Amino acid sequence: MTTVLETVGLAKQFGGLVVANNIDFRLDAGARHALIGPNGAGKTTFVNLITGRLSPSAGRILLNGGDITALRQEERVRRGLGRTFQINTLFKGLSVLENVCLAIGEHAGLGGQMFRLVGTRRSVVAQAFALLERLGIPDDAGRLVKELPYGKQRLVEIAIALGLDPSVLLLDEPAAGVPSAENRVILDVIAQLPASVAVLIIEHDMELVFRFAQRITVLVQGAILMEGTPAEIAADARVREVYLGERHHD
Amino acid sequence: MAGASPVEQFIRAHRLRLIELLPWIVAVLDYFAFGDYLPLGSQILIMILFALSLDLVLGYAGIVTLGHAAFFGAGAYAAGIYSVHVSGEPLSGLLVGALAAAVVGLVSGAVILRTTGLTLLMLTLAITSLLSAAANDAGFITGGNDGLQGVAISPILGMFDFDMFGRTAYLYCLAVLFVAWLFVRRLVHSPFGRSLVGIRENVVRMNAIGAPVRRRLLTVYTISAALAGVAGGLLTQTTQFVGLTVLSFERSGAIVIMLVLGGVGRLYGAFVGATLYMIAQDQLAEMDPIFWDFWIGLLLVLIVLFARGGILGLADQVLLLIRRRR
Amino acid sequence: MLEATVSILFLGLAYAMILYIISVGLSVTMGLMGFVNLAHGVFAMAGGYITVTLMNRYGVPFGVALLLAFIAVAFLGVVLERSLYARLYGAGELEQVLFTIGLVFMAVAIVRKLWGPLPQPITLPAALSGQINLGFRTFPTYRSFLIAFSLTLTVLLWLGIERTNFGARLRAAVDNRRMAESLGINTSRLFTLSFALGSGLAALGGGLGADILALYPGYAMEYLVYFLMVVAVGGLGSIRGPFVAALLLGIGDTACKYLVPQLGAFFIYLAMIGLLLWRPAGLFGRA
Repeated sequence: MTTVLETVGLAKQFGGLVVANNIDFRLDAGARHALIGPNGAGKTTFVNLITGRLSPSAGRILLNGGDITALRQEERVRRGLGRTFQINTLFKGLSVLENVCLAIGEHAGLGGQMFRLVGTRRSVVAQAFALLERLGIPDDAGRLVKELPYGKQRLVEIAIALGLDPSVLLLDEPAAGVPSAENRVILDVIAQLPASVAVLIIEHDMELVFRFAQRITVLVQGAILMEGTPAEIAADARVREVYLGERHHD
Repeated sequence: MAGASPVEQFIRAHRLRLIELLPWIVAVLDYFAFGDYLPLGSQILIMILFALSLDLVLGYAGIVTLGHAAFFGAGAYAAGIYSVHVSGEPLSGLLVGALAAAVVGLVSGAVILRTTGLTLLMLTLAITSLLSAAANDAGFITGGNDGLQGVAISPILGMFDFDMFGRTAYLYCLAVLFVAWLFVRRLVHSPFGRSLVGIRENVVRMNAIGAPVRRRLLTVYTISAALAGVAGGLLTQTTQFVGLTVLSFERSGAIVIMLVLGGVGRLYGAFVGATLYMIAQDQLAEMDPIFWDFWIGLLLVLIVLFARGGILGLADQVLLLIRRRR
Repeated sequence: MLEATVSILFLGLAYAMILYIISVGLSVTMGLMGFVNLAHGVFAMAGGYITVTLMNRYGVPFGVALLLAFIAVAFLGVVLERSLYARLYGAGELEQVLFTIGLVFMAVAIVRKLWGPLPQPITLPAALSGQINLGFRTFPTYRSFLIAFSLTLTVLLWLGIERTNFGARLRAAVDNRRMAESLGINTSRLFTLSFALGSGLAALGGGLGADILALYPGYAMEYLVYFLMVVAVGGLGSIRGPFVAALLLGIGDTACKYLVPQLGAFFIYLAMIGLLLWRPAGLFGRA
């Protein structure tokens, strides 16, 4: 199995506060990997370190074998790293179609063109629309994102990440804030993600985690508590202890 | 268009609509109808160009600046100094103005666009004050407080002499504005232009889709500076004079007001806002020059409270109401 | 040489003190509410005009005039904040900038209409004019008074912020507003109070400094850059940062005007720009 994403001794501290503690993590090609842990464990911080929003105090990050620790965010994205945010981070005033077109256009290296007209990039538009169809929201293509219900906005969030054609996809609580009735669609989308993409998902929803993940990593106070298959994790006493009082009933 | 699918609408968004020809029709009619007011007309055209340049930065990229006069003034002085010491040829003078302003834009942008919010705003003010102080101190080139003397412009293309009635000046400004408009219009409908909107709407997202945000901002800042420099150069060439007011805070403030009045981020806000402001200033300021500032201030307050999209924004709302009633 | 240095330091210090007294309120309100208030200079201007008018036209003694100006402008600040500013706290930066610039324009026009375009003449109280002999050399009495008074005011202000309940709550709210609110601190009342205090102080600075920053209708716009520089370089929300920034600006500007009069303002702007680039959040600001 080839490793597409790896962190070696990744650490981050703010003054005396340690938010990431010597994390050694591996993500294999085509993985379905979940990252769980109690609130404040540092899961989003970990993702921010990988994507480059935060720079580490120590350690290295390797993407497809190459060291990306010193690279800026946009460089990492261009090398195949895509992410969604825990809270929708979309272009609210633009249409759904344009949101996705922006991502696809940047990925194709066409984002900076000054003398073409956006409308004439037929392939970009076609790809964007096809993506929307795959996610079941083609009818909302022309609507402004801010007019959509939260659940559909969450789908747009995923669409943008997919538009980057990533080899590694980081999903930060994709179902967060979505009423459980609309959860279904998001779960289906995640289940149908292409096998070529390695997916790391941060989630609190245990049902989602156990249905989706082939491997689970448990993060507590910035350090890895344990890693293993769903069965191993569910059986572990320490994990249950950490989650005492935090179990989700669905 | 109403029946077209969203995809088709998106693809056709850049197509020229008939109403976009309106400003040009008005401008040409004005030439024939208001012969006495051509000098004012030229000034309006120059301000439209200046406001258009600001719209790229403020309206599309979302950079809040109170220092755009720095580029206007740089272009004005460069064109003026060029005409005094090198050549009175106007077109090359505009080019010199554009280049000088672009350099100022590139250097200051590289330095200040790393910051945001109040710090950035402060720095735009400081850069303009810096240039103003420099212009004041370098009196031997700029004429200091008295302004640059001896600006003389040769006929355009060797054929069209600047006449007393301002006819040549008007058509000159109109032609330059037209070319600039074609350029800016193309730019805002391009992937680059849309990415600026993306940066304005959600810079975190733009970073997360791999867009080189800082480079894009610096690019638009420099382009905008160049255009503002052309406007400044036009002012120098049509009035045969440059004074320190081209680098004043009042100049920066006035152009922001003009743009906001018309409506930011919509290309034509510059046309509407600059025209109305300049005409109103011409008419009303004579009646009560002291209180002109008061009305402008009140207008700003009212716009922020009730009409953030400016006049074009209000027009949109009215149209929406009409459509709903149908 | 020493003569000149002492003079520069002395005059620069007086200038710095005035800048600080005026700007400290701006730092607090911007740090507290994140509101870009470009109209702060109007309070200083109002304070100056009220003080001078009370003295010149109504013969009110200097100290009383200052006090009245403080109260009047603080009250004006409260009214403005509650009725207009409060609506724009959530608004974008451009809106806040435009709104406050609009207020400046209106204020400038009103002042010009009522008082005319020329600078206001100031007659310093007899007790404070002339020279004072400090042993090794003489200094202008008024400037000496200014420095002493301002330093006292500054110390009182710092003590107040450090030692009082109000100060503690203010510091907490500036540091983390949401956290402060969840602790039960009424931040909106806190803000109104500190806005009033800040405006009043600005008025005081305007009245005291009428000798240094000439009172004319363009006051609120022309000196705005200086107030903003002091706050930006000092660090938003900081009380001490603007003090240091004001010293740098005040003494630096005076030095430049003395030593390199042809290029005076140029260097100061360059220096301030440099400082802001080195420390974008200000010398004492949080990054």
